[in-house]
Amino acid sequence: MSTVASQVEIPAGVSLPIYMDNHATSPLDPRVLEAMMPYFTAKFGNAASRNHSFGWEAEQAVETAREQIAKLIGATAKEIIFTSGATESNNLAIKGIAEMHRERGNHIITQVTEHKAVLDTCKRLEKHGYRVTYLPVKADGLIDLEDLKRAMDDKTILVTIMAANNEIGVLQPIREIGKLCHEKGVIFHTDAVQIAGKAPFNVVADNVDVASISGHKIYGPKGVGALYVRRRNPRVQIAAQIDGGGHERGMRSGTLNVPGIVGLGKACEIAMQEMETEAAYLRNLRDRLKAKLESALDYIHVNGSMEHRLPGNLNMSFVYVEGESLLMGINDVAVSSGSACTSATLEPSYVLKALGLGDDVAHSSIRFGLGRFNTQAEVDYVAAKVIDIVQKLRELSPLYEMVKEGIDLTKIEWQAH
Amino acid sequence: MAYSDKVVDHYNNPRNVGTLDKSSTEVGTGLVGAPECGDVMRLQIRVNPETQVIEEAKFKTFGCGSAIASSSLATEWIKGRTVEDALAIKNTDIVKELSLPPVKIHCSVLAEDAIRAAIGDWKKKNGVAETAPATAAAE
Repeated sequence: MSTVASQVEIPAGVSLPIYMDNHATSPLDPRVLEAMMPYFTAKFGNAASRNHSFGWEAEQAVETAREQIAKLIGATAKEIIFTSGATESNNLAIKGIAEMHRERGNHIITQVTEHKAVLDTCKRLEKHGYRVTYLPVKADGLIDLEDLKRAMDDKTILVTIMAANNEIGVLQPIREIGKLCHEKGVIFHTDAVQIAGKAPFNVVADNVDVASISGHKIYGPKGVGALYVRRRNPRVQIAAQIDGGGHERGMRSGTLNVPGIVGLGKACEIAMQEMETEAAYLRNLRDRLKAKLESALDYIHVNGSMEHRLPGNLNMSFVYVEGESLLMGINDVAVSSGSACTSATLEPSYVLKALGLGDDVAHSSIRFGLGRFNTQAEVDYVAAKVIDIVQKLRELSPLYEMVKEGIDLTKIEWQAH
Repeated sequence: MAYSDKVVDHYNNPRNVGTLDKSSTEVGTGLVGAPECGDVMRLQIRVNPETQVIEEAKFKTFGCGSAIASSSLATEWIKGRTVEDALAIKNTDIVKELSLPPVKIHCSVLAEDAIRAAIGDWKKKNGVAETAPATAAAE
């Protein structure tokens, strides 16, 4: 009797389940938690309270965090606005710029593999009279700068293109994009959630005007994010989307989440100190995982550019094996699938499809998101486990058998259902 | 998502995995689904020409755990039945047995389709009429 149940040995020092989905969220670094703790209890003041020490203490902590974040991305403290997270940051940036510059133009340029927080915000603006161009990406996941040049016209007010993709880890040429925007007098916003603290990112060198950042992707807390808004050359103006007490220089009202902000600041400080060694460490683990998988399995390939890529990201297609069944077999490893077999539409990842992958291959894809706390022993276990399950599922796969017999699957008349 | 124990059991220990000689007149092959939909099932039966009893059933499935379980269960259920008896199996029986959630009902539909396609192929090969012979149903 054939069996899919895995018998891969668990190496010493590895405890299950293994978390390898760090693009979704990352564990809180204990040093971050330690920094946050006093601000839940003894130092509970409202940072906007101006007439007692409780308020001053909170305000001081917030300003320190602002400095820490600014330093990581090459900004100044006054250019950092706190938000509830990157979804809010993206909404505030895009809607706020669109509203503020409505008289100058109504055209926005983005690209197809953006996060939903950007795409759906742009879609909403389309309902309000804005025109949005969604640039395609090449097979490696990068946009073509010539496409961007051609898309710009005298009504273009904003270009919003992510720095690093959350599914395939691909790095867009933001420095060139920003340069092009500045030449044309167009504001450049980038969703920097995945790149901040992981790979070099500097708002001055990279010609970025507005950037979204999240706490929980960089070993900080959930529910806190930031928006960088350039103050000079050019000074970017954003219309507030939340009205109230006029916090954050009127751009984002609401009492500041002091413990969260302290955590985000500390997370940025650690990232800045450790990014170089951490990136090398993660790249080594990622390449090790890739090499192990490639040496044992046929019909697998990496999605997106390996050259322009976050060090901790590996997105692979295991052709002729369905993604969800693969996840089921490696259920002691937390990763993500490009398959959406459970969704009502049965639509696989729009990011992978944008690269030109067929639905069948997109269904067969797994995203490995390596992070600060992953170890080499974990990578070895995950590699062994994935190899074991893929081999077993291929014994079960009619497609793999047919391809091995030399049958061209594209010539078969499938009964789509 | 959480899978029922029975789905997990079929996934971990799929029954009747394999391939029959599709050129044999005693063998019927059903290939249903499509790679771009994320599931393809191939179900094969070997039918005794005298008794019309399905003596052997094999499957291979590309698909999620529920699709694998549905086809594995289907081979278990049709083995030992006459072809006409096998046609009485409904996708709802599979849904019930495996406690499939609503989003996975299409897996059971595909398994029923696979049974029908395999039997249809066998009938075509053997010139058997689509209506059930009186003797076959008696068992």
